Amino acid sequence: MVVNKLGVAMDILMSAGLRIAGFYNYWVVISLMMTGFYIVISHGNLIKKIIGLSIFQTSVFIFYISMANVEGGSAPILNSEIVQYSNPLPHVLILTAIVVAIATTALALALVVRIKEAFGSVEEEEIQALVEKNKDAKAC
Amino acid sequence: MDTVISVASLLCLLLGSFLCLSGGVGILRFPDFYTRMHAVGVTDTLASAMILMGLMLQGAEANVVIKLIIILLMTLFINPTASYALAKAAMYSGLKPLLNMQKSKRG
Amino acid sequence: MELFVNVILLSFLLAIALAIVRMKDLFAVIMLAGIYGLLSASFFVVVDAVDVAITEAAVGAGVFTLLMLVATVMAGRYEQGARHKPLLALAVVFITGSLLIYGSLDMPAFGYGPAPDHQHVDSHYINESMSEVGVPNIVTAVLASYRGFDTLGELLVIFTAGVAVMALLSTLYDSHSNLGTGPENKWLYEQQMPIRLVVKILIPFIMLFAFYIQFHGDYGPGGGFQAGLILASAIILYAMLFGIRTAKQVISPRFYQCLSAFGILLYGGVGVVALLNGEHFLDYSVLFTDPLAGQHVGIVLVELGIGCTVFSTMILIFLNFYERKNNQLDGCQ
Repeated sequence: MVVNKLGVAMDILMSAGLRIAGFYNYWVVISLMMTGFYIVISHGNLIKKIIGLSIFQTSVFIFYISMANVEGGSAPILNSEIVQYSNPLPHVLILTAIVVAIATTALALALVVRIKEAFGSVEEEEIQALVEKNKDAKAC
Repeated sequence: MDTVISVASLLCLLLGSFLCLSGGVGILRFPDFYTRMHAVGVTDTLASAMILMGLMLQGAEANVVIKLIIILLMTLFINPTASYALAKAAMYSGLKPLLNMQKSKRG
Repeated sequence: MELFVNVILLSFLLAIALAIVRMKDLFAVIMLAGIYGLLSASFFVVVDAVDVAITEAAVGAGVFTLLMLVATVMAGRYEQGARHKPLLALAVVFITGSLLIYGSLDMPAFGYGPAPDHQHVDSHYINESMSEVGVPNIVTAVLASYRGFDTLGELLVIFTAGVAVMALLSTLYDSHSNLGTGPENKWLYEQQMPIRLVVKILIPFIMLFAFYIQFHGDYGPGGGFQAGLILASAIILYAMLFGIRTAKQVISPRFYQCLSAFGILLYGGVGVVALLNGEHFLDYSVLFTDPLAGQHVGIVLVELGIGCTVFSTMILIFLNFYERKNNQLDGCQ
């Protein structure tokens, strides 16, 4: 009787574990996304902000690739021995997105470098203070 | 013959994993940058070689084995060079190795 | 077992992201970001996205780290402490996160076969691409043929970003004063002999691998995007260890500029040829008498265009950053 109950409990635990494992990817993606988001809104350093943005981007990539996965599937390269493939479409979208992401990140970094040259700082607060000061000087 | 090969492969893989693990422990336990780097640099090269050899013994196709051999050659070139570059960079930026005297003073 | 590896890799990713939040030393943060890129590449291998994994390995662990490092040298290594209480930011993040998690409960579980996103165009690609395009790698077939127009747009974005970086940072032509032939950094030349030797041996193999990925992309994982990135990293490696001047003497920046435009033109040109032959833009079937052979020729040409543009744009971006840094350092002295 007790053994039977234990078995049932184990089954419930196992199914709960599998269910959590089924959602684990999404939850990690959401946590990563929020981590990136937090860096972007709470840190003042522009380079750190760019790294935050790239974490955000990567979380989206992981999300798409997780969606593409099919249980027991194989990489989408046609072969007569394989019956089940993963979904190739998200792979295509993310493949190009990664390269576009690095190009746009480079653009953002170029802007940061120019900001550093113009203001002597990459901290948001210092830049704002400088801009305010310039405004006041002009008003006088 | 098959059993011998699979046992050899298993041994190689186990040894490789153990070396990886010991490298990781080394990073955590050794006192300063250079000893830590030494721990990882030395064990990792051997560990990856061991793991790749274990995989080679398992791989049936010649195609796969050749690819693994190329990866092995690459690691044998790259790993020591990377360790060297790391140590050189640390030395250049002024990090002094922790000597025995300093350690005993601290300890 | 696969699920287990999956869970561990994702947990590592999360731990690294949290460490990045807390660190103030940007150098360490960038190194962690490199590890993050490599780990996500391994995750992509585990979930069967091999093409994506090659790209992410080349970008996340290679080019991204490098650009970040060059930019940090110019913009300062340390981040200042937080100036105000992060409570508001934390609250926003927690509320958004919990809403998203609540939403995720309705999603199909990871790896669930009959999920809606595997039902529509995906099965067409898997079942018909061999008879319609004739290329074993479905990702290449979709990238270059089915969604060729989309890829052209992406390539234009990369090209435009490269042009914008040049417009912002270019010093390639107004620094004639330091165009001597001698080594620019003595330390580099005298102290790094072993690394230079090994790199000298490895660079031909890296380039060979890049070309293999470029032209084998129809049959295995790979294609123009990955090949361009890997080839660019080979040249960047050379430039870093043998000096930017030597690298510029080997291939001049003018060549990269022409090549990046040429790639786009090749891609668009293939589309226009199809148009002139009375078919849709980028429909390669008319390029050859046999439609399948035509598709194959079209895909090879288009991938070549992608490779050229990605390769030369990445190198141009790197050269511009590096020259800017050198000019700044000269200005300081």
